[in-house]
Amino acid sequence: MAWVDIGALDDVPVRGARKLKTALGCVAVFRTDDAEVFAASNTCPHKGGPLVEGIVHGQSVTCPLHNWVFDLNTGQAKGEDGQISTYPVRVEAGRILIDGTALSARSAA
Amino acid sequence: MSKQKLVVIGAGMASGRVLEHLTDAAPDAFDITLFNAEPRGNYNRIMLSPVLAGDQTYADIVTHDEAWYAERGIATRFGEKVLEIDREAKVVVGENGHVPYDKLIFGTGSNPFMIPLPGHDLEGVIAYRDLEDTERMMGLTAGQKCVVIGGGLLGLEAAAGMAARGVAVTVVHIMGHLMERQLDEAAGYLLRKSLEDKGITIKLQANSKEIVGENGKVRALMLDDGTELPCDLLVMAVGIRPNVALAQAAGLAVGKGIHVDDQLCTSDEEIFAVGECVEHLGAIFGLVAPLYDQAKVLAQTLLGEEAAFVQKSLSTKLKVTGCDLFSAGDFADGEGREDVVFRDPSRGVYKRLVIEDNKLVGAVMYGDTADGSWFFGLIRDGTDIEEMRETLIFGPAYQGGDTADPLSAVAALPLDAEICGCNGVCKGTIVEAIEGGAGDLGSVRASTKASASCGTCTGLVEQLLQVTLGDAFEMPAAQPVCGCTDHTHEDVRRLIKTMPLKSQEAVWQELGWNTRNGCHVCRPAINFYLLADWPLDYQDDPQSRFINERKHANIQKDGTFSVVPRMWGGITNPRELRAIADAADKYNVPTVKVTGGQRIDLLGVKGEDLPAIWSDLNKAGLVSGHAYSKGLRTVKTCVGTDHCRFGTQDSTGLGIKLEQALWGSWTPHKVKLGVSGCPRNCAEATCKDVGIICVDSGYQVGVAGAAGMDVKETERLIDVATEAEAIDVTVAFVQLYRENAKYLDRPYKWVAKVGLDWVKERIEDLDERARLIEAFELSQSIYRKDPWAEHAAEKAERYQPLADLTLEAAE
Repeated sequence: MAWVDIGALDDVPVRGARKLKTALGCVAVFRTDDAEVFAASNTCPHKGGPLVEGIVHGQSVTCPLHNWVFDLNTGQAKGEDGQISTYPVRVEAGRILIDGTALSARSAA
Repeated sequence: MSKQKLVVIGAGMASGRVLEHLTDAAPDAFDITLFNAEPRGNYNRIMLSPVLAGDQTYADIVTHDEAWYAERGIATRFGEKVLEIDREAKVVVGENGHVPYDKLIFGTGSNPFMIPLPGHDLEGVIAYRDLEDTERMMGLTAGQKCVVIGGGLLGLEAAAGMAARGVAVTVVHIMGHLMERQLDEAAGYLLRKSLEDKGITIKLQANSKEIVGENGKVRALMLDDGTELPCDLLVMAVGIRPNVALAQAAGLAVGKGIHVDDQLCTSDEEIFAVGECVEHLGAIFGLVAPLYDQAKVLAQTLLGEEAAFVQKSLSTKLKVTGCDLFSAGDFADGEGREDVVFRDPSRGVYKRLVIEDNKLVGAVMYGDTADGSWFFGLIRDGTDIEEMRETLIFGPAYQGGDTADPLSAVAALPLDAEICGCNGVCKGTIVEAIEGGAGDLGSVRASTKASASCGTCTGLVEQLLQVTLGDAFEMPAAQPVCGCTDHTHEDVRRLIKTMPLKSQEAVWQELGWNTRNGCHVCRPAINFYLLADWPLDYQDDPQSRFINERKHANIQKDGTFSVVPRMWGGITNPRELRAIADAADKYNVPTVKVTGGQRIDLLGVKGEDLPAIWSDLNKAGLVSGHAYSKGLRTVKTCVGTDHCRFGTQDSTGLGIKLEQALWGSWTPHKVKLGVSGCPRNCAEATCKDVGIICVDSGYQVGVAGAAGMDVKETERLIDVATEAEAIDVTVAFVQLYRENAKYLDRPYKWVAKVGLDWVKERIEDLDERARLIEAFELSQSIYRKDPWAEHAAEKAERYQPLADLTLEAAE
């Protein structure tokens, strides 16, 4: 694994998200109600809604276009047939680190 | 032993119930023949109203079909009239032949009473009694007119059913208030209001004089004051008369009805009578509960068991959607009688208890009838209520220190409390059935008949299932806010105000939310309730708002945004237009459109560019137009006295002032205003949430219009003389809406729920108006500012990506 520093935890609003540009397209970095962070594809498989703009609640996000709800642990849409890719991410000393290998691995595939 | 021959005349609800009991208890005891003049078997007559309203079909309400009779070996002679009874030979003479009997039951029911007004025999004058009558009413189409004579239970159900089909219905009632035998004046008033809200015209203390016809067909009802009410159909629902002709001809003792004793036996010991055709101790019977009691007693008597029919006090419910009423016992005023009254006008709730000698003797409830059966139990049992008198009106949940859990009300009921009034099923019977394996509503209905007739006690039966089975029973949703809670919007709003709760965390904690911090459904609602009720203590939380309100722009289907600058009252100038044109050029805006609210919309702006375009627009003095918010959107105006030769007041100036007073405020849903300078109404003000029409004498303020999924004209709130007053009442109305409405209810939906009269009262009360304006100003001291300027200055970096790994990879 190659952990890449993408910014400070405080740069992501509590119960909010920020966008991360990668070679494969946009990844959304979500923060729940404390120091817990998730990363997943920004694109809703339903109609392409930007998940980074969704409402974050518990460990889930709701797509802003048509209210599909995704579990951020698994990327699985609740009650719908759809899933988004998730990426390993962690917080260390107030900084957010994402697994660069996972992102590039997907690009190789 | 050879079977006895039993003949039954009339397939109605009472005789049908007798046959059920008999064939269940002793399938082989009788050879049964059933006559019915109607060409069909037994159906649930009290469910004709839901059929009329379109909630059910005839097939849904058939209780006994051909297979049912066949299985039980009952010979049916439907559509055949009985001509006479030969008691000497013990033979029933039908149109198609004789049938001998050992035992005979009269179930001949009743005939509707037709007032012998001139013209009562015209075509198009009907009663409300059977399926044919119901079909006649269902044959009316939207826009046709119907007059119903009689403001009792049946008449009102008929009226509501037809009104639901779009028929213009007028109810003519001779008494001073509706359902006077079951309701007191206050509840009658509330009922009248709800029915009028459904579009039904109610005429009280109205004496019918004559039915006017044309070519043999009804044309109108004339009242004795000369009023003519045109109609295509006239329904008389003024009462019933027991059908005694056949019994009388057979020489049985009859009065108002066929005389019977406690065993339902007539003056001939081999002949019985049951249902609406009987007279027992001077009383006749129209409601279904005592008929079912009679049926049970009669079946037991025929099987040689000891049983006696006893008249009980009755409770009443009305089967009209949205009119929740309950009455029981005696509630007339009288010496030594005391009243306990509870009113909550905003919810349309009224409860009155009548107490005599420390006993409850009567109860009337409107709007919230959940505790009805508990009160009914206290009346029937003559319980001494001295100890609980102070909290009695709040119902069983508040007796004995229990918490206000709706389930505790049901749990607190004694086992002999009656749950299903139609079928006389008490709590104990239902609990026994549930414990015996009836795990859902359907099986409880099948095994006990509870809630199987009129269905108004369905909620109570479900609560019993829940109390008895605990978690094993899944309660059908009582419309809570969302899956995170069982509370309704109304509960949450009330508790936020009264507990008080001033933060999201307090709501999650104190109200027992079952999720960590809500979901996309409840969190925006809770966020609004908190900021509306506690503007100084609670800060709006952008993370609990939909994307449009969080980013102060409307998201489009491709993920870009639209930007709409505010143009006060729809007025702009060359400098602003140049700034807008420059911005459109600079940020490659693909589409520029004029909106319906007199604004200019820049569509297709990239999310990253938002702070920069806002900053540019700000420099030209343009601020957010809030085209994205549940808040004040636009005030649309015409040019008024400034230019128009018809204008009566400065409509543009008033529109600008209103917009400046209201902009930036959050509301339960979007709010759009219009101000027209004269009644020609060029600003289309009469379909707005608030629409003002200027006239020579001042300003007509209308509210609760709509022009979206629903289209609705505004209703007049008030007429005022000055511009300042017009602004005051508008601000007060918006604040009243902010304080009381459910999140995502537009003003017209909210006003429909609380009633325009209630809103008027509040706005006309000058102290209350001043309070509302002050509360609004307090909130505006925080929210009347441009969010674009704030975001461009302080939050611009949030609109950019957190990091760009594509650049790093390239490096």
